[in-house]
Amino acid sequence: MSDLRVGRCERVEIGNVRDIPVGEGRAYAVAGEQVAVFHLRDGSVRAVGAICPHRGGPLADGLIDDAVVVCPLHGYTYDLITGTETANDGAAVCAYDAQVDADGTVRVSARGR
Amino acid sequence: MTILDARPADGANAEVDKGKLVVVGNGMAGARALEEMLRRGVADTFDITVFGDEPYGNYNRILLSNVLAGTDDTSEIYLNPVDWYAENDIDLRAGVRVVRFDRYARVVHADDGTSMHYDRLVIATGSRSFFPPIDGMWADNKTLTKGVFGFRSLDDCEAMLAYAKGRKTAVVIGGGLLGLEAARGLQAHGVQVHVVHATSSLMNVQLDDAAGAVLRRSVEKIGITVHTDVQTKTVVATEGTVTGVEFADGAVIECDMLVVAAGVRPNVGLARRAGLTVERAIVVDDHMRSIDDDDIYVVGECAQHRGQVYGLVAPLWEQAIVLADHVTRTDTKSVYQGSRMATKLKVAGVDVAAMGLKEPEHPDDEFVQFSEPKHGIYKTIIVRDGKLVGATLVGDVSKVAFLMQAFDRGLPLPEERISLMFDIGTPAIEVGAAELADDAQVCNCNGVSKGALVACVRNGEKTVNGVMNKTRAGKGCGSCKGLVAQIVEWAADGDVAVDPSADWYVPGVPYEKSALMEKIRELRLHSVSSVFAALAPDGQEDAKSKMGLASLLEMMWADEYIDERDARFINDRVHANIQRDGTFSVVPQMKGGVTSVDQLRKIADVAEKYEVPMIKLTGGQRIDLLGVRKEDLPRVWADLDMPSGYAYGKSFRTVKTCVGSDFCRFGVGDSTALGIRIEERFQGIAGPGKMKLSVNGCPRNCAEGLCKDLGVVAIDGGRWEIYVGGAAGAHIRKGDLLATVDDPDLVVTLTGRFLQYYRENAKWLERTYAWVPRFGIERIRSVVVDDSEGIAARLDADMQKAIDAHEDPWKEAEVPVTPGQFRTSLPLTVLPMVPVR
Repeated sequence: MSDLRVGRCERVEIGNVRDIPVGEGRAYAVAGEQVAVFHLRDGSVRAVGAICPHRGGPLADGLIDDAVVVCPLHGYTYDLITGTETANDGAAVCAYDAQVDADGTVRVSARGR
Repeated sequence: MTILDARPADGANAEVDKGKLVVVGNGMAGARALEEMLRRGVADTFDITVFGDEPYGNYNRILLSNVLAGTDDTSEIYLNPVDWYAENDIDLRAGVRVVRFDRYARVVHADDGTSMHYDRLVIATGSRSFFPPIDGMWADNKTLTKGVFGFRSLDDCEAMLAYAKGRKTAVVIGGGLLGLEAARGLQAHGVQVHVVHATSSLMNVQLDDAAGAVLRRSVEKIGITVHTDVQTKTVVATEGTVTGVEFADGAVIECDMLVVAAGVRPNVGLARRAGLTVERAIVVDDHMRSIDDDDIYVVGECAQHRGQVYGLVAPLWEQAIVLADHVTRTDTKSVYQGSRMATKLKVAGVDVAAMGLKEPEHPDDEFVQFSEPKHGIYKTIIVRDGKLVGATLVGDVSKVAFLMQAFDRGLPLPEERISLMFDIGTPAIEVGAAELADDAQVCNCNGVSKGALVACVRNGEKTVNGVMNKTRAGKGCGSCKGLVAQIVEWAADGDVAVDPSADWYVPGVPYEKSALMEKIRELRLHSVSSVFAALAPDGQEDAKSKMGLASLLEMMWADEYIDERDARFINDRVHANIQRDGTFSVVPQMKGGVTSVDQLRKIADVAEKYEVPMIKLTGGQRIDLLGVRKEDLPRVWADLDMPSGYAYGKSFRTVKTCVGSDFCRFGVGDSTALGIRIEERFQGIAGPGKMKLSVNGCPRNCAEGLCKDLGVVAIDGGRWEIYVGGAAGAHIRKGDLLATVDDPDLVVTLTGRFLQYYRENAKWLERTYAWVPRFGIERIRSVVVDDSEGIAARLDADMQKAIDAHEDPWKEAEVPVTPGQFRTSLPLTVLPMVPVR
């Protein structure tokens, strides 16, 4: 559905992991899509669509743990790896591949899974 | 004739092997049938074309009355917008009418000249307004006299809305459901409405005369004039525009608008011309097929099944499922056996539920009737052979859930029939749990049957919460939770495990509050992450537990609390309240609700500078700036140069005051001074729930002290009463009197001690209105006022520690605490915008 012109496996550099506080998320534009990138307490990163499919809430503002992000508006809860909604049987959010390089650079694949 | 999509001459191309499915009619029935078929994979075997008269996607016709009344916008009633059809590869011909089909050639012909082959045809042409033969109704063969409207489609609705502007009087012909809804809708536009009904009683199809009379009273009460037993003879028009209606007895009502809601007639012309059997509607078998043609299916108001034509949505849904089962051949044994007619709706603001018979038919039928016309309440129950066969409820439909289930399933009824109507000795739900059929749907939100719940218990799940989590029952609106619990208990045959997690302070750490606090103290856990690491199963973090833990640790450790920002809810990260569009609301501190010229000027300047879309006075006597962008928050605070008003956290919020003895001629105590003092002292203190207070200068209680978490009331003789545990929001509770004291200092001390006791003992998110009755006001009073446990000094000291640790969070404007603390989380898209007023 999304209008992506970036190749399937190409990763887009979005910035450094130190710009995302531990345990929080920040929103970025990745190849024309808005993506919420989260910095987990174990140092890894996750990325899902920035907009809650339920009512458009800002997922980057949500509380997270190792597995899920909770939308701040109505508590819809999304698996950070698959994007599946786990609390209300809601629609899934787009999930993206994300990784941190040794120098802290965060890359997100433009292809939503 | 051009034939599109002609069948391929041979099956050379796999793609064209698909059959062609044509749906005629794009109303609720057609669309629902389509959805059910798509769900069953119809797109794998058929290419689909949908013809719809109306030039739109399909919409919820039931909500047209809301559109008319202005409570729903047109855009809000669409079920599937035009895009949806494209996304599902459906060829939608909106605004194209099918004029004829040939069932031997299997071709449909449309009014835009196209013809199309079909392999399967679904007729969902619905029905249209019925216009009784009345002189003067029509301008010509096809056009209604100007000012005359039907009430059936979105176009009708919009035409009426456009025409109603500035009109004085409207007459609605028809006192059925649709007529009353139209009347109510027009009334919302300031039009004086008369409802004219041909028989003696409103909604006579569904209701008996007594119920109709009660409904009439309620309808008249809201200002709609009702005329019954009148036959409209002539529509009076002047220069082609309606100016009144004349009745058979010669009486005339002048009006500038006329709405005809005298029933509907199925659209069956198409089917009749094609040679299908049509009686009241198109006759179908139990597979929802025309009895004449196995490739033609019919659904909705244009279908007649076993002599019945249904005009409600519930039967239509059941029909759509059976139809889809057969068209897609996913369940060829599926049969439609007719629907029991049960409906619950709001008619012109009055709750009405009706099911089955409206009056007893046999001499043996039991008939229970309750009527209280003055309060607009009427109920009847009809029982035959111990089973509910009919019920009517007007004005009070609180028992409708059980009645509908009893009616649908033929449940055994309590011997005391009256208990079917009122909550005196509700039929023991255990009876319901035991007797409920296995396939009875218990959770209507997530579609969970009793059988599924029972199977879950049999598979070893013995807790109510566990069953709810596994089956998703009770996870929608939650209204079935009680019944789910009863069924689990019944299925486990008394072997229900008490669900320990129900008492946990937060879901992710398996301790109730006091045990958790003990562990935290013992292990000296100062941060949320350390609590998870030490106490959660496998050290797992849990997003939904973070906020509660952060609040608890802040309360316990005060200045020794290690504040991890990621444990905070967004409101507490940016010290403002998130709104539906991702912007925030900013409420500066305004102690006791008292402000000044200087503050007002600053607030006005800030509102102007940052183009604040809405400035609103709050219930707590504050000024709320709504719609502030996250990235503007620090500058807004800096420009305001006022401390936070804490309108966002689970914390001490506001102290409302009245003007007290300063100006009020009745005031007996200086409520503003005391209110400001209390707010200054306890500002921003975190707790398990919000704490909203008020101080009143006399028992007139203008600042509503009896429904606050803590309310102080000055009484004559220099004394002050302290009430606790009051509420007037989602719950209403009058506070309990904690103490009467003669010294404002003591009011401040007891307030602090009470709040600290609450902070330590209430469950997460448990407001005082729940905690005070749970704990008991006597126990609270003995600890807080009489120091029965000898902890008063300790409570006071801990509260003092929290006060000392307090800092104005808006100071973070100067140096953000985390990188990008105020960066927008929605950089590109315009969110669903809250309208700017």
